Amino acid sequence: MIDFWLGVLALSIFLYVTLDGFDLGVGMLLPLVRDEPGRREMLAAVAPVWDGNETWLVVNGTVLFGAFPLVYATLLSAFYLPLIVMLAALILRGVSFEYRDKSVRFRAFWDWAFIGGSLVASFAQGAAVGALVVGLPIVDGYYVGGAFGWLSPFALLCGLGLCLGYMLMGAGWLAYKSPGEVQALAYRMLPKLLLGVLLFLAIAFVSAMRLDLPVMRLWSARPVLCIFPAAGGAAAILLAWAILRRRRLLPFLAAIALFAAAFGTLAVSFYPYMIPYSITAAQAAAPASSQAFLFWGAGIVILPLTLAYTLAIYVVFKGNVAAGGTYGDLQSDRAPLLPRERAPSRFGPLSKESKR
Amino acid sequence: MDWTALFLSRVQFAATISFHIIFPAFTVGLAAWLCLLEALSLATGKSVYRRLFDFWRTVFAVAFGLGVVSGIVMAFQFGTNWSELSRQTGAIQGPLLVYESFTAFALEGSFFGVMMFGRSRVSRWLYFLSCLMVALGTTMSSFWIMVNNSWMQAPLGFSRTADGVFVPTDWFAILFSPVVWVRFPHMLLAAYLTSAFCVAATGAWHLLRGRFQDEALTMLRMGLGLAAVLVPTQLIFGHLVGDYVHDRQPAKFAAIEARWHDEQPASEVLIAWPDEQAGRNRYALSIPYAGSLIGSMRLDSREVGLADWKPQDRPPVAIPFFAFRVMVGCGLLMLVLAWYGGWQVWRGKIAGKRWLLRAIFLSFPLGFIATLTGWFVAEVGRQPWTVYGQLRTADAATPFLTAPMVAATLALFALVYAAIFAFGTIYIYRLLRSGPIGAPEPRLGETNPKRPLSILGASPGKQPDPAGQEPLR
Repeated sequence: MIDFWLGVLALSIFLYVTLDGFDLGVGMLLPLVRDEPGRREMLAAVAPVWDGNETWLVVNGTVLFGAFPLVYATLLSAFYLPLIVMLAALILRGVSFEYRDKSVRFRAFWDWAFIGGSLVASFAQGAAVGALVVGLPIVDGYYVGGAFGWLSPFALLCGLGLCLGYMLMGAGWLAYKSPGEVQALAYRMLPKLLLGVLLFLAIAFVSAMRLDLPVMRLWSARPVLCIFPAAGGAAAILLAWAILRRRRLLPFLAAIALFAAAFGTLAVSFYPYMIPYSITAAQAAAPASSQAFLFWGAGIVILPLTLAYTLAIYVVFKGNVAAGGTYGDLQSDRAPLLPRERAPSRFGPLSKESKR
Repeated sequence: MDWTALFLSRVQFAATISFHIIFPAFTVGLAAWLCLLEALSLATGKSVYRRLFDFWRTVFAVAFGLGVVSGIVMAFQFGTNWSELSRQTGAIQGPLLVYESFTAFALEGSFFGVMMFGRSRVSRWLYFLSCLMVALGTTMSSFWIMVNNSWMQAPLGFSRTADGVFVPTDWFAILFSPVVWVRFPHMLLAAYLTSAFCVAATGAWHLLRGRFQDEALTMLRMGLGLAAVLVPTQLIFGHLVGDYVHDRQPAKFAAIEARWHDEQPASEVLIAWPDEQAGRNRYALSIPYAGSLIGSMRLDSREVGLADWKPQDRPPVAIPFFAFRVMVGCGLLMLVLAWYGGWQVWRGKIAGKRWLLRAIFLSFPLGFIATLTGWFVAEVGRQPWTVYGQLRTADAATPFLTAPMVAATLALFALVYAAIFAFGTIYIYRLLRSGPIGAPEPRLGETNPKRPLSILGASPGKQPDPAGQEPLR
């Protein structure tokens, strides 16, 4: 039963990281496009799915609370400041997605809320992972690090790294979804981002060795685990090839494979610990009566339904975004496509637009 | 009051959850109201019900979206600020909250989408069924929250290990506790009444402005008619909730009544200024015998006072005392409006009574105020306990939080919520103001069920839709 919930948790974290990862990445790429139609295209590429992606974060939170309350209590309080800043950033980002579309005067404000929110949320998540790799100061199951016990140069490096990784997935998604100039931009950004991510991984590896992190000792003891980093290397090569060949969907899939390899690497390095290297899954697990109560309803009925629904949304919204930011393949019932708007410069012409 | 991390954490939780409850209180009722409209539309075939349905469905979508957004924080705050609570009670509260969020997702994932976009794609009965399922989903969501909160008010079905961790031993007892089954209907009725008065107030508003006569009268008739039945029912359930407080949380009951010493027979303090330092009331206006009558349904019962508890075991008095009176005041005001207004609607004379229409228009916040103050009574009155009689609030907080940390996050929440709330309210206001103009069906191409806020209307920055949909200004 513990393994079942550990599996559910791993799955939902992985789904969250990859799914919300690419739409956060699109958010961070938004400032590279200045004109309104281009921005609309980028937003339309993630519009149908971003909210569903974020529900996996809530699934992570509640599953952790229900099945592993000790980890929930320890981690969430240890990451007090970054976590709350991340939540505020996600909320602001979520509403700005809709509000920017409803107002003209405040559009620049909501755009910056969207960009800033995406950046802050991604950075906070990366820093938290980095802090876990370094190890949190925990004594007898209690976090003792205070407000900034999680903070270290390595954690900040990981924050930066995750931002790059999310942008890589975001660019992959845009290359798949977007038409015209946005797609061209995505292909221009992909190699730079891939280099950035590889550079980050190299720096992280070297600093992990120099810091003599416990992770590295584990790796030298069990070299068979190297299968995950090897898969990551293969994914990176595949990604580079897909970019060179201007493949449409493959860059995105390869970026996800890269993430899956990184996720698997971290997962096997942590297991059986949930907070490395102080609290194991078995120590943190809720009593059997709670695990069973969860299993028979939420576990085998509602969770599969939610998964199926997530899949269905991606099937419904497959295909590309039309120029100007709507879904081409769903437009058959409304004959003329919207004429592409003039490309306005960033601030001035927006207010003119409103007077039309 | 010292500005400790504990105090600031309590303020932060109170602020975020109060902000959140406004939206569910509205949407739980609206979902049921939409079912009723759809049922009437099916039964009578009158087009006015259909127009009202489309109008309120849009309002529902926006409020639902804001409820989801503000609810994300709640899933994490137990861990951030109340790590000792989640460490000790996680085995019970965690699974209940898993069910709450999973129920909400399963509902959102399937039937909300059909309700928003499926009108032309499914049969009328399947569409009606989807509306019912959405209403059931919001109701189930509040059920889990009420189970969780009722367990904190009257904990049962558990044992505690040596290090203080609560282990669930009897889920049946937890789910079917008698406390749940008076407090859950009380909350449900509160949500229904909140929506009923918003509906009636919108009707009165449009009637005052001389627009949408048909729809406005229907909203008034249905809103006030429902309220005329629901308010008295709510008073009965309120009394039942009072009975459980009287029997299981006597200190809370004494605080609500501002009764400092045991009395036999007890008088009922109508209004006073409770002086917590001196342990007595100033400027009290009270009715002899009424306290015994209300507490135990007898004229000569002995009712306990706060002096029976050590000062550190007493709840604050002023907040439960005043919040309770505001809640009851709102309830009585709603009763008068619902009965008198309903009678005037029935006689067909409401349109001529502009002062009454104005009063009904201004009554829209009554339900929200009553719901919020009711929660203040329940939660502040439970102090100094988080899990009543088991775990003190001071022992439930995250031990290492400092006041500046919590002050910083509290300020951040205040800023973000103020921005969201201001804009969200403006959008709902614009929607209600524009009235039931027969907005076209939202199309799946532009938005989808996971983006309820986007159903609001077209963007002012876009070209007008060829189909003739006017952008919302």
